[in-house]
Amino acid sequence: MSRRLPRWAIALPVALALAGLSGCGSGEPAATPDAGSSSAAGGGAGEVTVFAAASLTGTFTELGKTFEAAHPGTTVRFNFGSSATLAQQIVQGAPADVFAAASPATMKTVTDASLAASPVTFVRNKLQIAVPKDNPAEVDELKDLTDAKVKVALCAEQVPCGAAAVKALDAAGLKVTPVTLEQDVKATLTKVELGEVDAALVYRTDVIASAGKVTGIEFPEADQAINDYPIATLAKAPAGDLAGQFVDLVLSQQGKDVLTKAGFEAP
Amino acid sequence: MDFSTPEHAGPPGPSAGSGGRRAAGRGVAGRLPWMLVLPAVAGLVFLVLPLAGLLIRAPWPTLLERLAEPHVLEALRLSLACATVATACCLLLGVPLAWLLARVEFPGRRLVRALVTVPLVLPPVVGGVALLLVLGRRGLVGQWLESSFGVTLPFTTAGVIVAEAFVAMPFLVISVEGALRGADQRFEEAAATLGASRWTVFRRVTLPMVMPGVVAGAVLCWARALGEFGATITFAGNFPGTTRTMPLAVYLALETEPEAAIVLSLVLLAVSVIILASLRDRWVSAA
Repeated sequence: MSRRLPRWAIALPVALALAGLSGCGSGEPAATPDAGSSSAAGGGAGEVTVFAAASLTGTFTELGKTFEAAHPGTTVRFNFGSSATLAQQIVQGAPADVFAAASPATMKTVTDASLAASPVTFVRNKLQIAVPKDNPAEVDELKDLTDAKVKVALCAEQVPCGAAAVKALDAAGLKVTPVTLEQDVKATLTKVELGEVDAALVYRTDVIASAGKVTGIEFPEADQAINDYPIATLAKAPAGDLAGQFVDLVLSQQGKDVLTKAGFEAP
Repeated sequence: MDFSTPEHAGPPGPSAGSGGRRAAGRGVAGRLPWMLVLPAVAGLVFLVLPLAGLLIRAPWPTLLERLAEPHVLEALRLSLACATVATACCLLLGVPLAWLLARVEFPGRRLVRALVTVPLVLPPVVGGVALLLVLGRRGLVGQWLESSFGVTLPFTTAGVIVAEAFVAMPFLVISVEGALRGADQRFEEAAATLGASRWTVFRRVTLPMVMPGVVAGAVLCWARALGEFGATITFAGNFPGTTRTMPLAVYLALETEPEAAIVLSLVLLAVSVIILASLRDRWVSAA
């Protein structure tokens, strides 16, 4: 009998688990102690953490280097990903200073949680039809995508590029049956690069970034589905003023030059 | 109501464990060694805590109406069907492969054994890309499949099964090979001296002897296939009804509606726990 596991040996971890969970539950809306401690850990040297949409990977990395050069001793850290995922991470308490989203809807997730105020639209992006270099299905306009023989990849409607694709197709009055709904724009483009699909609707900037591997085709209905990119500093930004200075750089003429070179349009 | 099952599946763990320990430890005297019990309990907490997190955050009031949505059932049905067919394929190919590795001496066997575990260490997304490069429309084999038979695997349900079988098969092979190597070969030799062919020996002696290993391997394989995400979304894409399995639906729901993602995760969890628990009971009582 003495070899039986004592009751408390089971009760203790369960109690600990529950205590931990209730701590998380109540701590989430008022996560100030966490934010405070991480800012202390960040230290005076300065570190800006920027959460940015995957489509901003190239341009923001470049702007980050510019920022570091202008602010010696400062490091800019990036977390690139689907805007929707990033928004969820911020709401769950990820220590970010700046959020640059690929759609107002994903930014709204963050502003609704009172974690950011007054986002500013800094660029706009437009869809294009991306086809493999040799264009095997001979696609040259949006209507060609409705052909059942043409394999089409779209972004899922839950992510900004998918929402824009639905809007553009609705505006054109076309019904396209894709073979796949990808989780972000880069995954959609990869399917074209590998030649697994004949066409996809992706951003113009992504086509430019993959120049040489895919060809982009403009279509008039894209104007009905222009994506605004909002940027905002976050309310609990551990980096404080540096966060605002990074946003200023993005909005400056220098920032605009980098972004338009990559295929973005000024708002 | 069904979804309270994982909750019950958690807590009985330690008590069942202590019951087993009482029976097994009857011959060994002395106190429980805390050096083992403390890390064991910590390990259990670590494994069960995320599950508790799902249960506590689940949107219980709207659970039923969320479950009734047709796309949930569609994804669940697809997940179960694909994981089961993938497991069947793994059994057909994996058991003979395990036998080959355990019973036949051939040059480079160590290398082959290491190669079998490649899908285990490969990040599943990379596995998916690799599958595309081989079985995709422009892949080494895929090109020929399309031109000769008009078959393309990406973006089809068959593609989901291929992706799942690819990542899950090592679990089966390793488990069966271990069982084969642990089995007493004298029974096989005895059967052979009595005139049984190698195939008969395998069928009538070897296979029944390693059956627990095969079952354990198949269960692991099925569970891994059911949860497969990376290779599936990369190789087979994501389309409702044909390739959107539960893990893909969970990932997508997480983009906009974390509560829906929690519900989907709980469904997947509950169904797999029910199936695995009932299978286990059957096999334990049969053994």
